[in-house]
Amino acid sequence: MHFISPVLWQFLVNWLTHFALFPPEASGIAPYTDALYFFLVLISLVGLAIVALLIGLFSVLYRKERNPEATQIEGSTLLEATWTIIPLALFMVTFVWGALLYFRIYNPPTNAMNIYVVGKQWMWKAEHPGGQHEINALHVPINRPVQLTMISQDVFHSFSIPAFRVKREVIPGRYTTVWFTATQTGTYHIFCTQYCGTLHSQMIGEVVAMSPDEYERWTAGSTSGASLAQNGERLFASLGCGSCHSGTADSHGPSLAQVYGNKLQMANGSFVTVDDAFLRDTILNPTMHQVAGYAPIMPTYQGQISEEGLIDLVEYIKNLNSNYRVQQTLNTSQVQTTAPAAAGTGVVKQ
Amino acid sequence: MSTATIVKLPPQETASLPKRSYLNNEYGLKSWLLTGDHKRIAILYLISITFFFFIGGAMAGLIRLELLTPQSDLMAMDTYNKVFTMHGIIMVFLFLVPSVPATIGNFLIPIMVGAKDLAFPKINLLSWYLYIFAGCFTLAALILGGVDTGWTFTTPLSTHYLNTHVITAGLGIFIAGFSSIFTGLNFIVTIHRMRAPGMTWFRLPLFCWSNYAASILMVLGTPVLAITLVLVVLERAIGIGVFDPAKGGDPLLFQHLFWFYSHPAVYIMILPGMGVISEVISTFSRKRVFGYTAVAFSSVAIAVFGFFVWAHHMFIMGVSNYSALVFSLLTMLVAVPSAIKIFNWAATLYKGSITFETPMLYAFGFMGLFTIGGLTGVFLGSLGMDIHLTETYFIVAHFHFVMVGGMLMAFLSGIHFWWPKMTGRMYPEGLSKLAALTTFIGFNLTFFPQFIVGYLGMPRRYASYPPEFQVMNVLSTAGATVLGVGYLLPMLYLTWSLKYGKIAGSNPWQATGLEWQIQSPPLTENFVETPIVDHEAYDYEWLAHQTEHEVQTVG
Repeated sequence: MHFISPVLWQFLVNWLTHFALFPPEASGIAPYTDALYFFLVLISLVGLAIVALLIGLFSVLYRKERNPEATQIEGSTLLEATWTIIPLALFMVTFVWGALLYFRIYNPPTNAMNIYVVGKQWMWKAEHPGGQHEINALHVPINRPVQLTMISQDVFHSFSIPAFRVKREVIPGRYTTVWFTATQTGTYHIFCTQYCGTLHSQMIGEVVAMSPDEYERWTAGSTSGASLAQNGERLFASLGCGSCHSGTADSHGPSLAQVYGNKLQMANGSFVTVDDAFLRDTILNPTMHQVAGYAPIMPTYQGQISEEGLIDLVEYIKNLNSNYRVQQTLNTSQVQTTAPAAAGTGVVKQ
Repeated sequence: MSTATIVKLPPQETASLPKRSYLNNEYGLKSWLLTGDHKRIAILYLISITFFFFIGGAMAGLIRLELLTPQSDLMAMDTYNKVFTMHGIIMVFLFLVPSVPATIGNFLIPIMVGAKDLAFPKINLLSWYLYIFAGCFTLAALILGGVDTGWTFTTPLSTHYLNTHVITAGLGIFIAGFSSIFTGLNFIVTIHRMRAPGMTWFRLPLFCWSNYAASILMVLGTPVLAITLVLVVLERAIGIGVFDPAKGGDPLLFQHLFWFYSHPAVYIMILPGMGVISEVISTFSRKRVFGYTAVAFSSVAIAVFGFFVWAHHMFIMGVSNYSALVFSLLTMLVAVPSAIKIFNWAATLYKGSITFETPMLYAFGFMGLFTIGGLTGVFLGSLGMDIHLTETYFIVAHFHFVMVGGMLMAFLSGIHFWWPKMTGRMYPEGLSKLAALTTFIGFNLTFFPQFIVGYLGMPRRYASYPPEFQVMNVLSTAGATVLGVGYLLPMLYLTWSLKYGKIAGSNPWQATGLEWQIQSPPLTENFVETPIVDHEAYDYEWLAHQTEHEVQTVG
């Protein structure tokens, strides 16, 4: 063959060596997704075979040469019921199975480690809590649940790792999450699957699944020196947040220590659980989320803090256990500057 | 042709076309451009949608050529994005939506119900003019430099991040929407009010039922698309924040609004095609459609359920898990009426007297490909499965199986089936069978590999892709070449047949519909006297009785 056409030969070799029907099963979810896929392929093949068999059989048996005169038949309620109920039953099985899988994929376990992902035209930025930053790459340990908290800086993107069978839209203005447990070390594709403009097909990257030891080495070697929370603390101080959120009895804003994960009562009487999305929203749109007992004096920070900055702040507040350092910072800055950037008006728009 | 055929042509030596017909009633360009005759408007539509089909098809060819190699080498990525956007916009809004209703439906619905014309002939003509305006806007967007939003116009990409001709293309679709609203309105009123004496609802041919169901979707769904596009234009032109989160808008709102139309639109596209299949299967198996009522009501069921499944396009977009549950359940329900139809068509063949003319071959192609398309839709409606499959080539393959494998097969089936009625002449049978076969093979070769490459994870709308996906893409491109030949063939031989085709006579297929009881091509007024209907649809005994007692007059 390769004497006849080397190109065709190359192509054939390529095909035979690279032919795959399934991507690698590299996550805890993948076998579950594939099981459902096999079930669906099976019922599709059976369904298709039945239709093809009926058409083929009748075409042979009742072709005009063999059956010159058609026998008129009205219909049959029994048959109609049969081919309504059997497909319906199969579809219901598919529905329940698919729903269970969906809830498995989109409900992260509570012990998952969290990594932030910011999508922008046209790259993926991953931020590890330890302060490691990556572009178009994501290093994760195997056998440990990893949750990604994702947001887009501009348009819709979609974060997809086919080998893990997970995917989720990355949306501007709100956090979405996805989680997985990698089970096999290796390098796998990250694709942006939502069309996002010119370089959509270049918005790709690699997820590197490593053994826990290797991952430890990687984190130690790639640190930027400051964790996300430390960056957040710096930002918190420079924006002057502490002047109101100081945690003292007479402060203008609510204390933020240990607020994450708790319920807060709002001015309209409702209760809200403080999570990443809530914190981000209150920074950008404070008047929409007025905490009971405080005056609506906080200005908006819309357009002033980047998504990465917001992540830093969220991570900082998440890990804030006491207001000791907030007050320390406040005292030092007041002493140093002597400018009484008085509480309440302390936040100056830049 | 083999002996097994029901084609009954008049003796060709003496046969001639009728002296007077809708085609030679009046002459001149003006008599066509200002016509109120539904048959002439159908022909105008047929010419225009064929034009846009070949533009859209050329775009598809460019896409497949680019994807022959993993690198983006044939064209720049921006160009690729514009090409797939125009392919989508033209094929969806300017070909698939009007394809069967505006051509075959326009021609046949008044005749099938026994009326002289549609209820509003001038609105019918206006609908064609709007279609042409819409086409001009779209072509303008194309010629001025294109638009690269994708046919889904996802915000905020379309409203803020692109500097292409989004508004021009958006206006084009806005106008095309009104064209389809007018067609739908006309069909609904005609079917309600203009049926001939004795033509009860349950004597209507199933083609009327499915077009009726599609018309309801057109009239109720399209205004939502129109207002969505207006909002996109407003946000883009004067910066009103509706969808852009930076302006306090909600980008998911756009997805809801867009799919509230665009999912029912899928049924607008496929339902009339299903109507064609019912007619064709019945005619060539000489048998009434099995379970007439079930098939009729399944069309209505699809139309009704079709309105409540739109969020299945948004399972991964951060909608509430519980609302996703509801939409997945409803999606499973909408799949059932389609299954009912397929089984009823198959059962129609049972104890029939089957012949295999070209329309029947296309109809068989439809049944096979639509079954695959429908079943893979169940994959995507299943929540957990959808996460891995959506936004990949799996979904591309799925909707092409439904839209091209299903709808285009049905359209070609219908065109061949009613070609003798529209033109008075037969198409060449041997060549057209070859075309049907070529289309079927080419189609499968093009789109089946895309299921596999989709499961492997290849995202849609990628100008370049990882090299391991190349083999499947090469197969797909090879298939597209075959498919292209399959579509060019009918274009050529149908044009040829206009002059050289055999004279068809009024009822070459020995079919039962009212349209086959009048001359081909029909008179402008369709019927010399208002028909009185005293039999069910697909009553072959009645037809046999008629032909025994009447001498067939031709010419």
